[in-house]
Amino acid sequence: MTSDSGIPGSERPGEPTRGHTDAPARLGVTKTYKLYIGGAFPRSESGRVHPVHDSHGEFLANAARASRKDVRDAVAAARKAFGGWSSATAYNRGQVLFRVAEVMEGRRAQFVAEVAAAEGVSTGTAESTVNATIDRMVWYAGWTDKLAAVLGAANPVAGPYFSFSVPEPTGVVGILAPQQSSLLGLVSVVAPVLAAGNTCVVVSSTERPLPAITLAEVLATSDLPGGVANLLTGDAAELAPWLASHADVNALDPSGVPDSLRAEIERSSAGTVKRVLDVRPGEQDWTREPDIRRLREFTEIKTVWHPVGM
Amino acid sequence: MTDPALDAPRSGSPWQYSPAPEARELADLKANYRMFVDGEFIDGTGEPFISTNPATEETLAEVSGASESDVDRAVAAARAAFERTWGPMPGSERAKYLFRIARLIQERGRELAVLETLDNGKPIKESRDADIPTAAAHFFHHAGWADKLDHAGHGAHPRPLGVAGQVIPWNFPLLMLAWKIAPALACGNTVVLKPAETTPLTALVFAEICEQAGLPAGVVNIVTGAGDIGAEIVAHDDVDKVAFTGSTEVGKRIQRTLAGSGRKLTLELGGKAANIVFDDAPIDQAVEGVVNGIFFNQGHVCCAGSRLLVQESIAEELLGKLRSRVSTLQVGDPLDKNTDVGAINSADQLARITELADTGESEGARRWSSPCPLPERGFFFAPTVFSEVQQSMRIAREEVFGPVLSVLTFRTPEEAIAKANNTPYGLSAGVWTEKGSRILWAAQQIRAGVVWANTFNRFDPTAPFGGYQESGFGREGGRAGLEAYLDV
Repeated sequence: MTSDSGIPGSERPGEPTRGHTDAPARLGVTKTYKLYIGGAFPRSESGRVHPVHDSHGEFLANAARASRKDVRDAVAAARKAFGGWSSATAYNRGQVLFRVAEVMEGRRAQFVAEVAAAEGVSTGTAESTVNATIDRMVWYAGWTDKLAAVLGAANPVAGPYFSFSVPEPTGVVGILAPQQSSLLGLVSVVAPVLAAGNTCVVVSSTERPLPAITLAEVLATSDLPGGVANLLTGDAAELAPWLASHADVNALDPSGVPDSLRAEIERSSAGTVKRVLDVRPGEQDWTREPDIRRLREFTEIKTVWHPVGM
Repeated sequence: MTDPALDAPRSGSPWQYSPAPEARELADLKANYRMFVDGEFIDGTGEPFISTNPATEETLAEVSGASESDVDRAVAAARAAFERTWGPMPGSERAKYLFRIARLIQERGRELAVLETLDNGKPIKESRDADIPTAAAHFFHHAGWADKLDHAGHGAHPRPLGVAGQVIPWNFPLLMLAWKIAPALACGNTVVLKPAETTPLTALVFAEICEQAGLPAGVVNIVTGAGDIGAEIVAHDDVDKVAFTGSTEVGKRIQRTLAGSGRKLTLELGGKAANIVFDDAPIDQAVEGVVNGIFFNQGHVCCAGSRLLVQESIAEELLGKLRSRVSTLQVGDPLDKNTDVGAINSADQLARITELADTGESEGARRWSSPCPLPERGFFFAPTVFSEVQQSMRIAREEVFGPVLSVLTFRTPEEAIAKANNTPYGLSAGVWTEKGSRILWAAQQIRAGVVWANTFNRFDPTAPFGGYQESGFGREGGRAGLEAYLDV
């Protein structure tokens, strides 16, 4: 592999790049891409990996191929983290997510290179994709302390009661990230879930997982508590049914599920009355400016009543 | 701990009242009721069925039964009305129809209340003071939304979904109809609604009200029948939205049926609400709330406070007061204005309650029932309190949907929350304490859609209602409730 892939450090051993002198140039250090579960970076318990190629078919890396048990470990980590993240102040959650954007900005070049390699787009296109991704994270970060004001209410009930309604996070959300848009699509589905106070288990794009793993490294160094976001690479078609049937998953975003599997995923979600986000077949245009639908769909309205009197 | 005085026969009770029955004639009961499709009352091509008075086991009326083709016809009528009249109609005009309907419900309120009590078995004071007025209020509230949807938070001109298929339960027949039809119509949808087979009568009087209001044909269609007809509506290809209130078991089946269809679904399912009484609660007020929480509407309430979690230090005192209060509840003729607890809605439901209550005893809980006399005819179940209940028992885990309370204890607030949340349901909960900060803390910790603090069972069209987890999804009431009927 040449450095054409543009990924810093992606040169393979045995293919040293040459400088102007006769001495061999420095050999790059390649990275083993792993899963992100509970704040740690384990390999798949199954020991499985799958080779990842760029859009020209050149080998990039071996990504971990997560198993059913990895899904279960990730759900357990997400559940454990839910209490803390969901009860953190909205201000705090907003700052953490803004911090994610800051750290992404610092890794901008790496993301651009990875997106270009994964999606087969020009550097210019990859740059605008990464820009949009970071901006999207900032957009959602700003929502954390506004959502209750927009979705909540003081209910003017006909009686001597004070009644108010507030949105609360739904719980543990299973996310099948988009297959095509490896970074912008991924952040577009993960950020609203986190901003609303949920924790999540994310299955990345099957063929384009490397930007997702880099995002996991960003999350791990952005004050996001371990377990709040868990990221699995592997076969979405294999893992989606386990997320859909898992009793401790409260909601599902099936964006990256193959269209042929959608009905089956929705059927098994009914076993525990999971909320399944309604997504249209095919991949949506992630460059479009989002609305608050994804924030709203992963919250529950809670209504509280108390008598008013002397 | 049993007070022998509480188990004494009722003849010497200071709580004897003279009968004060509401006039049955007010219901204007007819021998036959027909379904309402495309603006006409029709016979239907299915098997007719009988609706009985659960308090007397007498036949009230024969009701026409729908078949698959009647469902087709109703859906086609709703589709045509959606495309030709109701869909294109300005919101301000839809609003006036809904105001008319609200007024007509009020005008015919006493008739509807008596009919509801006859058909359902609930005490007249509840149908008269809660069910019917709240149903009218629901239409009033949503009438006002019809021309203000641009301000509901979904941007300008949010679109309706089309034809809504709605299936409702027997516990609050007209009120559940109002919860379903009012927002659907306000948002510009048309509906095909199926009332429960044991309580179809007020829905068919509501059809008359639609007629009196001059509502265009096909906007509201009421088809009658059992669960198979509900399943037809839910699975119908030309229905755009499904709304269901009922058991979690059936709700899951519906969610499976609609999988992959892209049709919008809202579910309001079962519950096993915890009613938490802390040691600093105003105890007499709490006892009243606990009694209301579980014995309102014979406990046929999805959000009933069926698990009493009481702090150990006050458990004995509270239990004593609770038994004493429960033994004063008047159980009997639902038409009697003094009646607190009426009839169980059906023989089937009575059998289910009896079976589940028996498991309470066999699993080791301590059973106490009010020594109240029960009528010789009709379906009645004495208000029952189980103490020494463990979380693993069926009466602590399953929805009884009857006048059966399970009492558990806790020591610390954290334990109370852990026990309250130890259920796949999440519809409602109660909190009783004089400490404001504890109320707000508990309300935050409880995973349920409605939390009543120092009160219970309050409903209002402006206050969103609906569940977490296996109690369903979607909200009814308030701005949040509109989302269920808009394409957003």
